[in-house]
Amino acid sequence: MGKFKNFTNGLVKENPTFRLLLGMCPTLAVTTAALNGLGMGLATTVVLIGSNVVISALRKVIPDEIRIPAFVVIIASFVTIVGMVLQAYVPSLYSTLGIYIPLIVVNCIIMGRAEAFAFSHPVFDSLLDGAGMGLGFTMSLTVLGSIREIIGAGTIFGVQIMSSGYEPALIFIMAPGAFLTLGLSIGLINKITEIIERKKAVKEDELA
Amino acid sequence: MTNSNEPMLTVSSSPHIRCKQTTSSIMQNVVIALLPALFVAGYVFGIKALLIVAICVASCVLSEALIEKLMKKPITISDWSAVVTGVLLGFNMPVNAPWWMCIVGSVFAIGIVKQCFGGLGHNFINPALAARAFLLASWPTHMTGTAFIPTADTYTTATPLGLLKEGGNLSAMPSNMDLFLGLNGVYGSIGEISALALIIGGVYLIVRGVISWRIPTVYLATVAVLSVCFGKDPIFMLCSGGLMLGAFFMATDYVSSPSTPKGQIIYAFGCGLMTMIIRMVGGYPEGVSYSILLMNVAAPLIERFTKPRIYGAPIKEKKAKKIQEGGASND
Repeated sequence: MGKFKNFTNGLVKENPTFRLLLGMCPTLAVTTAALNGLGMGLATTVVLIGSNVVISALRKVIPDEIRIPAFVVIIASFVTIVGMVLQAYVPSLYSTLGIYIPLIVVNCIIMGRAEAFAFSHPVFDSLLDGAGMGLGFTMSLTVLGSIREIIGAGTIFGVQIMSSGYEPALIFIMAPGAFLTLGLSIGLINKITEIIERKKAVKEDELA
Repeated sequence: MTNSNEPMLTVSSSPHIRCKQTTSSIMQNVVIALLPALFVAGYVFGIKALLIVAICVASCVLSEALIEKLMKKPITISDWSAVVTGVLLGFNMPVNAPWWMCIVGSVFAIGIVKQCFGGLGHNFINPALAARAFLLASWPTHMTGTAFIPTADTYTTATPLGLLKEGGNLSAMPSNMDLFLGLNGVYGSIGEISALALIIGGVYLIVRGVISWRIPTVYLATVAVLSVCFGKDPIFMLCSGGLMLGAFFMATDYVSSPSTPKGQIIYAFGCGLMTMIIRMVGGYPEGVSYSILLMNVAAPLIERFTKPRIYGAPIKEKKAKKIQEGGASND
């Protein structure tokens, strides 16, 4: 259970996008369509798992004073690998995501997990943490991308789902749409969390 | 002798002197001031224009009531502010706008711009203009070009400012008198076509003390002077597009414009400058809505730098130092 919690932590309770508000730059920039969100999320997940594992394995070797440059070198290596793999096997996604692939290096989530978790936890825990955080990020990006794609283009994963009479609101696949969707989603999630916590508190009161 | 039941002294907390104006009386005055332009719109565009304004007003008021009910806040539709937003949004719509666009725009204006930021008095930009910008970005084909021209007219294909920007059939350019009155084939958004009707409404608001003269006067003067600088006819620039509507009714929104007199002048000058820059060198034929929105965002900053000194408050450090130094040298 204790180990499993390292994994689930990133999915809901400390979801990087909706809870920690980390990695906002790729979140806002690439979620113009569900597929882009999914691709970006998975690329980040691979880098996150890899860097978490390596940093955790080397945590006793890396001197404290130069840990940040060491993290950057490790993360950049994984980003380069992911970038090359994407370019080789899914060139269309690679060209859509463009500059945001190399920019995964400076993604706050990866640096944040390296500093806050991997550097002070054993390898397997770090792996679970990386996978959980990465999947949480992927999930949020896919959800945001889907909402924007449905409203802004009438499709999801490229498949037409709205009737032909629907005229898509272009603003949702432009920059303002990213802020609108993200802000409203965070608001909604906060509201739901509040209701759940209030119910929990009532239950605990009844028990006590 | 007074009645023994009557209290001798009533103690209450401040304010003790109240103004007769209330939010609803101000908003009602604004609606009255918008009526002349509405009549012209009905005369030029027919029942369709009135219908669009009606849909906007109804959906604004309804969404305000619904959202406040959902958020368990007191319902404030009786203050008429949602009505004003609705009328202004309707005035900003082209006559061929589909009905669902009016509803989406109203929900955006009230739901996102007004209520998400805390309701009346907390919206940092003008809701009607923000909704117009939202619609323009979402459905550009329904908000530009031929959307403004009633289907009965096949002679004209663009608004006067559109003609100026894109060229084309320049013989269709209306005369200045037509522009001023808004008749004889002058097209634009529903409420912006007649400069005269808008001026009547604006002057009414200034006379009733609802808005100050500063913002509209400085705004219009800036545009007039700059159009001379650009070598354009100032009368044409003043009477075309949404300038009159913007200057009198939207730039003067209490919430999103500065409240200090000096600040209002800077704000209005900024609106005028931005409008002319967009009209002359920008990509859009008309720049009134974007210039007001941009200056709305700048309003808190302008207010901060033009804050008047409170009577009796200490003088600023620099001045105080000067006085002190002066005194020291005298010794």
